[in-house]
Amino acid sequence: MIVSIASGKGGAGKTTVSAALAAVWDGPLAAVDLDVEEPNLHLFLHPEIASETPAYLEIPVIDEEKCDLCRACVDLCRFKALAMFGDTLMPFPDMCHGCGGCMAICPQKAISPGKRELGTVLRGLIRDSGGAGRSIGYLAGRLRVGEAMSPPLMRQVKEELTRLLETAPMDAVLDAPPGVSCPAVCAVMDSEFILLVTEPTPFGLHDFSLAFEAFAPLKKPMGAVINRAGIGDAPVAEFCRDNGLPVLAEIPYDRAVAEGYARGRTAVEANPALGPVFAGVISAMRAAVAKMAAKEAPCAR
Amino acid sequence: MREIVVVSGKGGAGKTSLTGAFAALAEKAVLCDLDVDAPDLHILLRPKKRFTEDFVSGFEAHIVPEACVGCGVCADMCRYGAIVFADGGRFAVSPLRCEGCGVCEAFCSEKAARMIPRHCGEWYVSDSRFGTMVHARLFPGSENSGKLVSLLKRQAKEIAEKEGASLVLSDGAPGIGCPVISSLSGVSLAVAVTEPTPSGIHDLERVLGLCAHFRIPAAVVINKWDLNPEASQAIEEMARARGHLAAGRLPFDPLVTRTMAMGQVLPEAPPCPFTDEVAAIWKRIEEYAGALRREKA
Repeated sequence: MIVSIASGKGGAGKTTVSAALAAVWDGPLAAVDLDVEEPNLHLFLHPEIASETPAYLEIPVIDEEKCDLCRACVDLCRFKALAMFGDTLMPFPDMCHGCGGCMAICPQKAISPGKRELGTVLRGLIRDSGGAGRSIGYLAGRLRVGEAMSPPLMRQVKEELTRLLETAPMDAVLDAPPGVSCPAVCAVMDSEFILLVTEPTPFGLHDFSLAFEAFAPLKKPMGAVINRAGIGDAPVAEFCRDNGLPVLAEIPYDRAVAEGYARGRTAVEANPALGPVFAGVISAMRAAVAKMAAKEAPCAR
Repeated sequence: MREIVVVSGKGGAGKTSLTGAFAALAEKAVLCDLDVDAPDLHILLRPKKRFTEDFVSGFEAHIVPEACVGCGVCADMCRYGAIVFADGGRFAVSPLRCEGCGVCEAFCSEKAARMIPRHCGEWYVSDSRFGTMVHARLFPGSENSGKLVSLLKRQAKEIAEKEGASLVLSDGAPGIGCPVISSLSGVSLAVAVTEPTPSGIHDLERVLGLCAHFRIPAAVVINKWDLNPEASQAIEEMARARGHLAAGRLPFDPLVTRTMAMGQVLPEAPPCPFTDEVAAIWKRIEEYAGALRREKA
């Protein structure tokens, strides 16, 4: 089962929930940080990093000898990554989305692949502090400071996850970026369950409704965790009820958890009573994914 | 004209609550919500829309089923996995994966793939009790947030010039990617809001790195400082060591959520030490922005 932990509003508690779920997960697991702009999961799960390798986007390199200034590449590129100034073809590598169209269309084969560093992909292991000898796989992307595009790096982290899942059967928890635009959708679109985290404040409810609107068309089972319950009185639970979204847990606001977080402790470490609550979230997600699979199975045949 | 943008790296640090407060404290400003992905400033400022415009940006591929012969060239060439096999031996586009590059259109021998402009959202110019507000809503799942941010900034500056306002005050997005880079472009000062938690510090360092990359001066405000006093101290020292202004710190206070629930900004609450400190922080930021300006001149 692959689940993504998302929210419209930043700071709602995605990483708190991801780390707590990882801490009580009931089987082999990969914890994946897809918030590549601001990855934080490692601060709570303390993985041992086995490797950190640069990730690249393929960009055009022009051979001026071969270029006959036909403009085919300039006309094709919709991202203004290539422009003609007088009789010089100029690439703008930062604008490039890596579609490869310029290389394919050039009749003179004057454009070859170069690369722009997007950031790095990290792989590691989290040794289970519970002493059960269970270890959790860790994957993350880290966007280079100054790089604008996060989805290409996220796609490479997801490819790495696919490779990891081929080596051994395991579940995966994906910590998604905040927001509801392309990076957030890119993070959740290939998961089997989307867990939305929110808080009962006006900002929390507003961004939660945007997230629901963004992710509902993906037609995946979804559920909500209401974090910091009691901190505000926005009608988040009513919104969930009206939209048929099950509330899988309500985590009361607790100064001890907030202070624990401030010192790098997971919510379960700060308040062990939350362990069974998150275990309940995991069973509810498993049940929803199984139900969805049963519903889809006849169509597959 | 000065442009001040409030950023944070980590979401939920308090950007919008502070921007709203600064909007009330600033002399004459045009206000701008650059968190186009999940905008919240309107919840505090309750603006009345003067007008609405569509935001159309980029393209999305569409394959005309009748023209598709199922050769699969588009699917082979698409680097985003956006072309899927559809019924009847034809191909179709998965819009959420489509990057709008136009490679499918360029290489389709049957001219079955066509690029259509994408309607990504709306933007508004509104009246608020603290001045004109420029804001937007990117449709859920849409892209080109960076371009929408640039458009809003351009509009806000034009309006400020027309109205004789000397400041554009903007609420930024979390993260360090495309919309944040656009929001920082050319501003006089970035205000980075953080909290003394491992994620707050980690993300602050990255967003300050981004400011340094684009040579944007920054002021740091610590929210909920009492969650970890030693970490708060360390953040202020780090900010000063990097040449930024440590503009002040605020304790955790339920007042923030209470005023938010009433659609109010902090200076509208009855005066208390918390609101006094918010006002003092804004004063330090304004003075710092003024000093930077004189330095530049």
